[in-house]
Amino acid sequence: MSAAQADGRAARREESAVERLYGWVDDRFAISRGGRHLLDKIFPDHWSFMLGEIALYSFIVLLVTGVFLTLYFVPSEHDIVYNGVYGPLRGQTVSEAYASTVNLSFSVRDGLLMRQMHHWAANIFVGSIVVHMLRVFFTGGFRRPREINWMIGATMLILAIFNGFLGYSLPDDLISGTGIRIAYSILESIPFVGTYLAYFLFGGSYPGTAIIPRFFIIHVLILPLVILGLLAAHLGILVRHRHSQFPGRGAREDNVVGSPLWPAFAAKTGGFFFLIAGVTALLGALVQINPIWLYGQYYPYKVSYAVQPDWYMGWLDGALRVMPSWEINLPGHMVPTIFFPAVLLPGITFGLIYAWPLIEAKLTGDYAEHHLLDRPRDKPLRTAIGAATFSFYFVLFGASATDVLANYLTVSLNVVLWAFRIACIVVPIVVFPVTYKICREIQETPGAGSRKRPNIVVRSAEGGYEVVPSEEYPGYVEREPDLEPVPVEEVDVVGAMQPEQEETPEGIYRIPRVFR
Amino acid sequence: MPEDREPTAAPGQAVRHEGARLPARGPQFEVAARNPRRAEGVVAVAFGASLLSFAAFGGAYWTNADNFVLGLTLGVALAAFGFALTYWGKYLMPRGPFEESRPMMATTRAEREEMVADFALRGKVAVERRGFLAKLMAAAGAVLGIVVAFPLIRSLGPKPDQSLYHTKWRKGSRLTTIDGQFVHVDDLDVGGIVTVFPPDDIGGAFSQTILLRITQTGNVVTEPGRETWGPDGYLAYSKVCTHAGCPVGLYEKLTQQLLCPCHQSLFNVLDGAFPVFGPAPRPLPQLPLYVDGEGYLRAQSDYLEPIGPGFWYRGGSNVMYK
Ligand code: HEM
Ligand code: FES
Repeated sequence: MSAAQADGRAARREESAVERLYGWVDDRFAISRGGRHLLDKIFPDHWSFMLGEIALYSFIVLLVTGVFLTLYFVPSEHDIVYNGVYGPLRGQTVSEAYASTVNLSFSVRDGLLMRQMHHWAANIFVGSIVVHMLRVFFTGGFRRPREINWMIGATMLILAIFNGFLGYSLPDDLISGTGIRIAYSILESIPFVGTYLAYFLFGGSYPGTAIIPRFFIIHVLILPLVILGLLAAHLGILVRHRHSQFPGRGAREDNVVGSPLWPAFAAKTGGFFFLIAGVTALLGALVQINPIWLYGQYYPYKVSYAVQPDWYMGWLDGALRVMPSWEINLPGHMVPTIFFPAVLLPGITFGLIYAWPLIEAKLTGDYAEHHLLDRPRDKPLRTAIGAATFSFYFVLFGASATDVLANYLTVSLNVVLWAFRIACIVVPIVVFPVTYKICREIQETPGAGSRKRPNIVVRSAEGGYEVVPSEEYPGYVEREPDLEPVPVEEVDVVGAMQPEQEETPEGIYRIPRVFR
Repeated sequence: MPEDREPTAAPGQAVRHEGARLPARGPQFEVAARNPRRAEGVVAVAFGASLLSFAAFGGAYWTNADNFVLGLTLGVALAAFGFALTYWGKYLMPRGPFEESRPMMATTRAEREEMVADFALRGKVAVERRGFLAKLMAAAGAVLGIVVAFPLIRSLGPKPDQSLYHTKWRKGSRLTTIDGQFVHVDDLDVGGIVTVFPPDDIGGAFSQTILLRITQTGNVVTEPGRETWGPDGYLAYSKVCTHAGCPVGLYEKLTQQLLCPCHQSLFNVLDGAFPVFGPAPRPLPQLPLYVDGEGYLRAQSDYLEPIGPGFWYRGGSNVMYK
């Protein structure tokens, strides 16, 4: 035993149990050396950086509740006679998938809560990704060096939408079964390969017996794994680049201003996870979602009225409704009408999303590295393009409720349909210049966007009134605050790593390396 | 091997290393709350609420309470816990702002050249004079790449072949309800509607057919060439929507229209189920019927065109089998 080791032993006897445990681990992984600056990673304080966190945490809720569901859900289309506790269904022939989902809802303790939390978390997951993406778009967060991370994000959005669709297809109820039938037709509509794709993916025609087991394994294993991998890349790149940030408050291109990971950010974000989980649980308790026992088992010849998919499929459903019934007829071949709204439109949509960082750089000629974000008003053209495009999808989303609206407003379906057909062209055309103008006007308004300090009316002893500005809110100062730099220390790292410098032995080439 | 490259920092020499203690100094280390005692109170109350609520959840689970109680207790507990922690972090921890430096991502030309040089040099040693091996490896890899995709494609499902062109209806198939009853001419009143299948495919998604009765007597003719298809006031159409394949399940007696609930396509029953509204591009194919000697309804043949939504190999919109 060397002298140094003996010293270490002596010192360790005075340490607490926790310190000794940490020391034990640290001796094996050198956390104190490599992991040190993780404590100091700075997270900007702006609220909009929370949107991505919502996505992350609802994904975790999905993983946890999903694992619970897999213990009880039976991914099989085989028929059985339902014999569970739900009275109206007893004696009916249903699939095992459907029966097990009903059992999950009625017989498994906590089952309904987990199911409803899972479904709510899915809706929140996709929603928060979309809003997060809008934030990144309107603030220019996708510019160099973050283009790839933008594309990874877009991929996760697509996969999240797919996995949501697969998930709510699993229970084999009437509404989701109808949805799968439409999805099958959409696959079929792809030129050249469509029918083959549909047959291969579904293991034959629909309905069959391969679909739910297949959807199941994709839903619970394959796509979650892929999303998890992309998430790791997404966050890894984020750590590498460090956060982008809004200008002001001392923020520059070459620094990051905010709270360090430990302790303030850790507390805030850790708490935020529980908040999201809590809200999901409350929704699962208070707001019913997907009561499949009311819809009934899927039969291909049955249909229910007012068929509506989960919200994130709404724009596709709307597009299917407003698209005129045009088909392209070629000798011996055809391009079916649903190809345009259901394949081409999403293709173009996500193609544009992927390519936008490159398109914008090309348009503006700005290929420089950016770490300071834009205020949307300062980039009126981008903001107007984004708003107009988004309004188009928003109208399509509304169009998925044509029948409901027609009933509600007691006007003919024809009127509602044409209103939406016109709106999806007119609304973006109107939104574009209006947004542009608003941006310009905000630019010209002094002090726009900064937090106003409330005025307080004080009554003096003599009965007079006086208005004084309120005290400054800490952290929201208008003048530039003093920043506390994370100290940069001169540490002899390399020396610590390689205590004794010996001659490189004969025949071995030493790779020059600095431990960073 | 490059013998001559200088190490970026000599061993033993100090390098700048980010990461350090944050000693308590400066106003940034004060808490953000203007009134820390009140903030402490808020956090304490929230943690207390979450503690009670977690316990209540445990109790609710133990006693097998209903979804409402379970979710409410769990939700309140988690949310209160999260709120407390977030509030603590926001108001009772160093308020900052802090700053760390950020290196630019763009590398210098020299850095890149150094990397590329090392990569190329070692690669060159590895591959030099072994171009043949490299080519062989690439060829093996390419075959692997192709073969590995096979099971992904052909094991997954059968080829569609003719299955998209034909249903199970045959010459003489009796029109059969979901309960297995053969449909007799006297079964439906005028305005009546029932879903029928061929007897060997009851419940079949592809064969499902809508049978309607339009009049009491006489042939209903919807199109030229279909003079005999609608005996005794009966008409039969494929129930699979030509838009995206939903069952066209709703019948509006007054207007004699079939409605698809998925995207609201309307088909005019009297006009060969021609789509009069909505996104459906083609009429629902009509099944030719006849009444046999005992008065039962039967199919004259299969549908004369592919039913359901379009697909690439289907051919134009009005293909008809001969
Ligand atoms: C991207 C992440 C995910 C999304 C968007 C998602 C979404 C959904 C949705 C919307 C449902 C329908 C729930 C309902 O019945 O109302 C569902 C069902 C299901 N999910 Fe997920 N899920 C995800 C991840 C997972 C994971 C990781 C697992 C398991 C490890 C899982 C397991 C299940 C199971 C077993 C069901 C069927 C049981 C049921 O329908 O209640 N999910 N999913
Ligand atoms: S599936 Fe019938 S209208 Fe779309």
